Amino acid sequence: MEIKTKALGVISIEREQIITLERGFFGFPKYHQFALIDAEQKPFVYIQSLEEQNLSFIAIDPFLFRYDYELDIEDAILSEIGVESAADVLVFALVTIPSEGTPITANLQGPLIINKKNRQAMQAVINDPQWKTKHDILAEMNTRENTSC
Amino acid sequence: MLILSRKTNQKIRINDDIEITIIDVRGDQVKIGITAPRSVKVFREEVYIGIQRENEAASKSTVPKSLPALPFR
Repeated sequence: MEIKTKALGVISIEREQIITLERGFFGFPKYHQFALIDAEQKPFVYIQSLEEQNLSFIAIDPFLFRYDYELDIEDAILSEIGVESAADVLVFALVTIPSEGTPITANLQGPLIINKKNRQAMQAVINDPQWKTKHDILAEMNTRENTSC
Repeated sequence: MLILSRKTNQKIRINDDIEITIIDVRGDQVKIGITAPRSVKVFREEVYIGIQRENEAASKSTVPKSLPALPFR
């Protein structure tokens, strides 16, 4: 199917790229359907609303820059999106790129959790104070590299 | 909105399975204990508002002509 995107204009996507957030993202409760689209630059992914062309997020796999990232979410909460096993789960962190261009940050406190099997998704809240809404991706990746040397 | 007063160690019950206890009051700080089923989401309001604000900022992200290349191995 063809969809209108904020970043890439009209593009063609497969059904498998569509996820449904019954409750939407926090602050955006009215938008439920989004498509996951590879950005021009890996490993970024666009999360494009199918209901509003101008609503689009950028996301990243949080484990790519924080190997130590951990999510402890109650099974009862994950069952809202039908998750039965950890293997069903795909996690993304929403990315903020300020108008000045840097620092590029990722939100590890409110990750997007996707059930790969049924493509139902939710934005979770992580209570561990270690994980915040702004993690400087480049800085924390460098820290990791320094400590691993 | 229901507004009520409680003293230290007094409780509030919500449905059959949520219990809120006023543990301690000191000046303008109140320590609260919450017992709820695991499926109930409990978090400080600032956390919720923080994520909401960050989503707002994320949705307004200025996408550069090309996204920056990250040095992933």
